[in-house]
Amino acid sequence: MAAPSVRTPSERIWTAVLWAVSVLVFFFLLAPILAIVPLSFSSGQFLTYPIPGFSLRWYAEFFQSEQWTGSLANSLIVGISATALATALGTVASLGLVRADFRGKGLIMGVLLSPMIVPLVITAVGFYFFFAPLGLTATFPGLIVAHTALAAPFVVVTVTATLAGFDMNLARASASLGAGPSTTFFKVILPLIAPGVASGALFAFATSFDEVVIVLFVAGPGQRTLPREMFSGIRENISPTITAAATILILLSIVLLAALELLRRRNARMRGQA
Amino acid sequence: MSEQNHPLKARLRRAERMRQVKAFGLIAPLLGFLLISFVVPIASMMMRAVHDTELSSVWPEVTAAIPSWRDRKALPDEAVFAALAHDIKASHKDRTLSTAARRLNYDLRNGRSLVFSTARALPETAERWTDAVIAANGRWADPETWGAVYRASGPVTGFFLLAALDRNRTATGRIVVAPPDEALFLDVLKRTFVVGLAVTLICLALGYPVAYLLATLPPDRGNLLMILVLLPFWTSLLVRTAAWVVVLQEHGLVNNALIWLGIIEKPMRLIYNQVGVYVAMTHILLPFMILPLYSVMKAIPPTYVRAARSLGAAPATAFLRIYVPQTLPGIGAGGILVFIMAIGYYITPALVGGAGDQLISYFIAYYTSSSVNWGLASALGAVLLAATMILYAVYNRLVGAGGIKLG
Repeated sequence: MAAPSVRTPSERIWTAVLWAVSVLVFFFLLAPILAIVPLSFSSGQFLTYPIPGFSLRWYAEFFQSEQWTGSLANSLIVGISATALATALGTVASLGLVRADFRGKGLIMGVLLSPMIVPLVITAVGFYFFFAPLGLTATFPGLIVAHTALAAPFVVVTVTATLAGFDMNLARASASLGAGPSTTFFKVILPLIAPGVASGALFAFATSFDEVVIVLFVAGPGQRTLPREMFSGIRENISPTITAAATILILLSIVLLAALELLRRRNARMRGQA
Repeated sequence: MSEQNHPLKARLRRAERMRQVKAFGLIAPLLGFLLISFVVPIASMMMRAVHDTELSSVWPEVTAAIPSWRDRKALPDEAVFAALAHDIKASHKDRTLSTAARRLNYDLRNGRSLVFSTARALPETAERWTDAVIAANGRWADPETWGAVYRASGPVTGFFLLAALDRNRTATGRIVVAPPDEALFLDVLKRTFVVGLAVTLICLALGYPVAYLLATLPPDRGNLLMILVLLPFWTSLLVRTAAWVVVLQEHGLVNNALIWLGIIEKPMRLIYNQVGVYVAMTHILLPFMILPLYSVMKAIPPTYVRAARSLGAAPATAFLRIYVPQTLPGIGAGGILVFIMAIGYYITPALVGGAGDQLISYFIAYYTSSSVNWGLASALGAVLLAATMILYAVYNRLVGAGGIKLG
C-alpha cells in the first residue's frame, strides 16, 4: 500500500505532532530504566550524575554478599519449581480445554484464570491466613504452591492460544495409525506445540521471578527472594548495589523478551507447515 | 431406517460423553490444585469478613446469654451480667483477656482499658452482678457498651463490612455513620478510585497516540518500535520502581537537571508524595493500555477513513467520527485492565508514595500484619474484590471470554 505522495500541510503537522508525542512517551518509558544502568558501574557512593569513574565494585559487592546471592538462589529455586509445576498442570489442562465442550466450561475457565484477576494483596493475605495453621508459611513448599497457582493461568492462556492453531487431524492420524494417547502426545502434539509451551513457561517464570507481595506475606527469612531483597533495599536505603541487581534483572528481561520473540516466530513457522 | 439409526445415535452420544469425560480428566489436576490452593484460601478470607468467633472463643457464656437481651434501650438482665462477670474472671485467669479486649477495642473507644479495668476491679463474689459490674466500671451502665458485646457475639457479623464503609450499628441496630475522626475507609476508597481513574486517563492520553503510530507504520518499523514498549513491560516491577526512586529523589536526575538548567533553585519534592505515585504507576501500567489499543487498531481497515476523506470529510472529522469510534473496544479493554490493576496496587504506592497516598491494598496489608484485625482486613479485601470482579465482568463482555492476550 503506497503512502499518498501529496500531503497537505495540516497532515504534515499532524504526523509531526504524532511522532513528537510518541517519542516523548518512548523516552518516558525507557529513560528511567536506562538511567540506572550507568550508575551501577559508578565508582562513587552516590546515585548521581556525572559518575566519578568506572568500576565494577557494586557487582563485586552483589556477588560477594551472602544476602544477595542467597536471594538470587532462592528466587531461582522457587521460580524453576513453580514454572515446572505450572507448565505441566497448565499444558495438560489446556489439552482438555480445547478437546471438548461441556457444561460449566465457562465457570471452569473462570476458576483457572482467577489468579490473574484477583488483586495480589488479596491473594497474598488469603494464602497467609490459609497457610499459617498448616505450618506452610516460611517454607519453600508453601511459597512454591502459591507461585504455581499464580503462574498457571499464564500457561493456560498461552498454550490454549497455541492449540487453537493446531491441526487436530494430526492427532487423529497418529491415533488411526495405532499410536496410544501418550505416544500421540509426546511424539506428535508436544513437538508441534513446544514453542507455545515454552513461551507459557517463560511467562510463568517471569511471574514468579518478579513477584514480591506474596513473598512479603508467606515467605520467612529463609526464603527471601531477589525482589524481596530489592523491596527492603528501596524502602530502607537505596544503595548502588541495588542498581547492580537492577541491571542484572534488566539483562534478564532482555533475554526473556528475545527468547519469546524467537519462540513466536518458530510457532508461526510451525503453523505454516501444519 | 430408524431401527438402525438409534444404536448409532446412542453410540455417538456415548463417544461424545467419553470425550467430555476424558477432557475433564485432563483439566481436573489443575482445577483441583487451584480449588484447594487458591479458591479455598480466598473464600475463607472472605468468610472472615462476616464470621466472627474471636469474642465467643474466650467469653463463651456472655456471648451465649446476650441474645436474650431484647429491649436494647435498657440494660440486659442479671443473668447476662453474671455471665459477663464469670467470663471476665475465667479469661483473666486463663490469660485470654487480651483477645476479648482487642475485639471490643475494634468497636468501642478505649474498649481495651474498659475490659482490663473491669477485670481488676471485679470482686470474687457478689449479691447482684449487675451492681458489681457497674461498680467495677460505670460504662457497663450504658446500653451502647452492651451493643458492642452483642455485635461481637458472632458467629455471623456485619460489623467488619460496615466498618470498611465507615458505618456502625447502635445498640438498637440502627446503622449510623462513624464519627469523623474514626471515618477513614471511604476516603481511602475514594482515593483509590480517583488515583485509578486518573492513572487510566493519563495512560489513555499517552498510550493512544503511541498505539496509533505503531499500528499505522509499515510492519517492520512498527515491530521495531514495539520493542520500546515491550522492554519496559518485561522489566521487573521492582527495577522500575527503583529506577523512579533514583530519578526522582531529592538529589536525583530530574532535580539535578532542573537546577543545572536554572529552572529551579532548590530541589522539588517529587517522590514520597502524589507526584511519585502518579508517575511510577503511569509508567508501569502504560504498556497495558498500549497493547490492547494496538491490537484493536491493527485490525481496523484503512479504507473507512479513506472513504470518509473521499466523500469530503476533513482529516480531523474523518479521524474523530470514523476512526476513533472503531477503537472504542480497545479503549474499553485497555481502560478497564489498567483501572483494575491500578486499584489493586500495593508495592508501588508503598515504595514511592507518602503516608497520605496509600491505597486500599495498603490497608488490607496493614490490618493483616501490623495491626492485627483480620476481620477488617478481610472486609476491605471483600470490597476490593467485589469492585474488581464487577469490572472484570464488564471487561469480559467487551473482549470476550478468554480474551486476555499476552505479549
